[in-house]
Amino acid sequence: MIGIDSMRHSGSFSELLERYRPPAGVWDEMKDASGSIRPHWAPFVSRLASSGIDLMKERRESAQKLLREHGVTYNVFADGKSDERGWNLDLLPMLIDSEEWSRLEAGLIQRTRLLNHVLSDIYGEQRMLQDGLAPPGLLHANPAFLRSCHGIRPAGGRFLSLHAVDLARSSTGEWWVLADRTQCPSGVGYALENRNILSRLFSDELRETGVQQMNAFFTKRKAGICSMAPWAESPTVVLLTPGPYTETYFEHSYLARSLGYPLVEGNDLAVRDNRVFVKTIEGLQPVDIVVRRVDDTFCDPLELRSDSFLGVPGLAEAARAGTVAISSILGSGAVEGPAWLAFCPALCRKLLGEELLIPNVATWWCGQTKEREYAIANLPTMVIKNAFAGPMGDPIFGEDHSKDALTQLAARIRARPWSFVAQQRVPLSTAPVWTGERLEPRPLIFRCFVAGVADGYVVLPGGLTRLSASTESPVVSSKFGGCSKDTWILSTRQEDDSARRELRESAPELHRGSGVAPSRALDNLYWLGRYTERLEETARLARVVLSRLTGEGGADEKSEQTVITRCLAVRGRLPDTFTGAVSRKDLIVAIGNLMLAGDQPGSASHLILRIGELTARLRPRFSGDTWRILQQIQVEFPPQFATHDPAAMLSTLHRLVILLAALTGVESENMTRGSSWRFLDLGRRIERAANGVSMLAAIVDVAPSGSFALVPLLEYSDSTMTYRRRYFSAPNLPTTLDLLLADASNPRSLAFQCTAIGEHLEHLPNSGPDMPEATCHSQIARDLESADFQALGADAQQGRTHRLSALLSDFTTAIYSLSDGLATHYFSHILPRAN
Amino acid sequence: MVYDVTHKTTYEYETPVSISQHLLHLRPRIFLGQDLFSSSLEVTPAPRTEISRKDYYGNELSFLGIESPHTVLSIVSRCRVRVRAPELPDAGGTTPWEEIRESLTQDKTTGYFGRGEFLFDSPYAASDGDFQDYAAQAFRPGRPILSALIDLTQRIYRDFTFDKRATNIATPLKEVFRKRRGVCQDFAHFGIACLRSLGLPARYVSGYIETIPPPGKPRLAGADASHAWLSLWCGGDGWIDADPTNNQLVGDRHVTVAWGRDFCDVSPVRGIVIGGGDHELEVGVDVIPIAEQ
Repeated sequence: MIGIDSMRHSGSFSELLERYRPPAGVWDEMKDASGSIRPHWAPFVSRLASSGIDLMKERRESAQKLLREHGVTYNVFADGKSDERGWNLDLLPMLIDSEEWSRLEAGLIQRTRLLNHVLSDIYGEQRMLQDGLAPPGLLHANPAFLRSCHGIRPAGGRFLSLHAVDLARSSTGEWWVLADRTQCPSGVGYALENRNILSRLFSDELRETGVQQMNAFFTKRKAGICSMAPWAESPTVVLLTPGPYTETYFEHSYLARSLGYPLVEGNDLAVRDNRVFVKTIEGLQPVDIVVRRVDDTFCDPLELRSDSFLGVPGLAEAARAGTVAISSILGSGAVEGPAWLAFCPALCRKLLGEELLIPNVATWWCGQTKEREYAIANLPTMVIKNAFAGPMGDPIFGEDHSKDALTQLAARIRARPWSFVAQQRVPLSTAPVWTGERLEPRPLIFRCFVAGVADGYVVLPGGLTRLSASTESPVVSSKFGGCSKDTWILSTRQEDDSARRELRESAPELHRGSGVAPSRALDNLYWLGRYTERLEETARLARVVLSRLTGEGGADEKSEQTVITRCLAVRGRLPDTFTGAVSRKDLIVAIGNLMLAGDQPGSASHLILRIGELTARLRPRFSGDTWRILQQIQVEFPPQFATHDPAAMLSTLHRLVILLAALTGVESENMTRGSSWRFLDLGRRIERAANGVSMLAAIVDVAPSGSFALVPLLEYSDSTMTYRRRYFSAPNLPTTLDLLLADASNPRSLAFQCTAIGEHLEHLPNSGPDMPEATCHSQIARDLESADFQALGADAQQGRTHRLSALLSDFTTAIYSLSDGLATHYFSHILPRAN
Repeated sequence: MVYDVTHKTTYEYETPVSISQHLLHLRPRIFLGQDLFSSSLEVTPAPRTEISRKDYYGNELSFLGIESPHTVLSIVSRCRVRVRAPELPDAGGTTPWEEIRESLTQDKTTGYFGRGEFLFDSPYAASDGDFQDYAAQAFRPGRPILSALIDLTQRIYRDFTFDKRATNIATPLKEVFRKRRGVCQDFAHFGIACLRSLGLPARYVSGYIETIPPPGKPRLAGADASHAWLSLWCGGDGWIDADPTNNQLVGDRHVTVAWGRDFCDVSPVRGIVIGGGDHELEVGVDVIPIAEQ
């Protein structure tokens, strides 16, 4: 039955499309000046019009859900704090027809060729200056021209390996180049993810509208990257990121996964004898190609910015020696500044002998007298920007400023004219953005991507369309909010078929093993294993106490609660005053703190925070499901995830334990048994071994007779059922010790952890029985083998706990030494460095 | 003059350094005013990688990669050079400085002998309105460029106090100017920034100066230090070097090692080490006139 209410809401989308009114005087992508739908939008719009608003709302929610699940973010830095903001994707795509695209494609390739040419010249002979094609100041006043990288010649003359061009459409419908990004442009990963999401929501529309696929571009990009190192038959490629605190880290890890390159930070790489290596636990593995997402000047603290810890000392020298290829070359940012725009038409004519196909937005470089005076005389209609790449600062829109402010601006320009450009203000075209209520026309900038390949250049058929945050705002920037659109390039049938054919022809080669894993990633996995296990333990401990606080409160339960509280106090998990009498109220507060005190190491909140950090760093190494569970933990258990109400906390903890069990399950079923898996599992096994022994030691200390301690202990160890099945009686210490220490079939026992650890150690590279970690392991195994737990337990029950305590303490020492041994053996070379 | 120069740099580290990489500007460059008879570089421990080449400005550059663990790194550079005193024009007859400034708008020189490179801001020597006002006292309208340069050199010498403790390499030039204190590096950077503020190309020169011991005292080994001064493009008269620390134009007592936009282009020894903890640095320079031997 359809209610009247829902009838009213489920109107069709056509009404919204009709009511959409772009502002006068600007180009709208969907509607022409008369208000009719442009022909290339018509098929899509007609499908859209027949969709109900409810369906569109559902799709919008699905899109947002998918983005959240995929962890698509853009970090915004405010006040030095990182604020991870969700990526904003509008449900409606941007459409470009095939004929227009062919023209753009040719223009974009020409532009990349041109800038590659310019880079080759300025880092080489500099004929351009001598021949007077551009004023020398364009180079000499340019801080992004890296003098120390002059003379480095990349193989095949590929200076520019990925080039992004920001385009804007004028009111007459022509595209203009607003800016070039030549260092390590971002956006290509977001574009791919946008398509990924929309293709799920509009799969029929995508197919029927005939939208060009983007996959072929990435296949070609990969081949293009490979061809940068002609000396290597199958080159090792790494993707260098500044790390998880950078704005576009999501994209770095996304691309690393899509392209199949290990994601590394500067510290994962090292230069030895003028070659670049990645540090792995197998030793140093040579790297042939570095795809960098680190800005020019941060790439090499030896030759460039000495205060940078993001780069690799010696990278520039290795590039000079030609032992490593860098995408794009160090110093490619030299042609990124808007000052170049003023000279592109002339440079294109003189260097390529061609007319520039896509015009620039009109630009005046103030380093030239005539141009400066013109710019200053016309400040109110200009946009003033920094001339060269570097900290850009916000553009200044002349019309928004008072006369006094403009006079001051003029003085600033005169003091350092070469560092400014003036640009004509371009009214941006608009496209409809669906707010969930209505369609709003928003100004847009379209970012296109061109990649260098072995025999030329390829353009991504698509791109990143970014729109401003409101209809009025002229500023389009991910930093200031706003949203993005998937961009559909419509195809003719032939284009589509040839793209499909190419994709089929490039079938991947068979490749076993998980590729290069930097040591740091394994170190992170090891700690992820330890922290997730520690989190699970914390949750189990808290559950044991809380279930007794919320139960009927019988005498046994009361005594068990007292004993277990004391044990936790002895172990330092609860305040040490809790070894004495504790009020119910204090205990509830303390358990609350064990959960929530984010500043208290070992509290659940603190562990979840650390797990979140490790998860972010390890993103490219996880399968979708593993990632989803890890994300779910972060989403469901934010820093204040529970109240101090015992019953509520208890149900939250049940949920947490189940999520953690799901995580363990998906890891053990989905991860290939390489070093990644081994270090993750080692972390978990070592943590579980240490905690189990520590808990037993506390019980022997607090309640050697075992009374009232063993029931909660078995509960904590998830071994209650096993014990009952075996013994049909109330637990006693000797049998419990056997079950929790020596019984190798119990996945919670020390013996089980010991076997698993032994198996991992054997299979790690460069392992051997003489390594400290292996000696510790065999000591634990020997002690487990030779100990008579019946006798030890019986003695302890009689109060003679000495031998048992000593054995448990030996176990603890051995477990921690094992962990230290592993760290020294495999991770000590990830050392900090000094400049 | 012929000199034997020994430049010793020693780093002592608190804990062992496992790997280090260095860039050196220690071998003097050869040009019209200077010949290099011999030069050598001794590095302990021995580097795994040693590459010598020219940098963007035509200076001699060495890249070292040291891969043996060490707690002491010693770099000894020795050379024998001949320095010829430049033939300086009559200061009063040189071109008015504004003419030189204007001529540069058409300048297309690039490469090792380019002027434009030295016209604009660099990390340690950026132009500034206050510096421009200070320089304008010497660079009065229409004044011959060399007279103005001598005047500026004298002013810096007179107005600034040599004080090793007042600054370090990270001290901003504004602060040097406010304190009116610093070392040769600061004075060179300040002079360069003044000249660039006027629109003139000025470069930073790193090298050595022969010091003359007080009368009757022997020369102390290693008592000298590396030195820095500036150079100004004077049009037809070429580059003319001035040393504001010693209030003089450069003659044949200055040995040039390298030039660049400022210290960051030509620092004698820079490096990245892994491990090491704290370190102590010792530098000793001997500039021995060869006639003395």
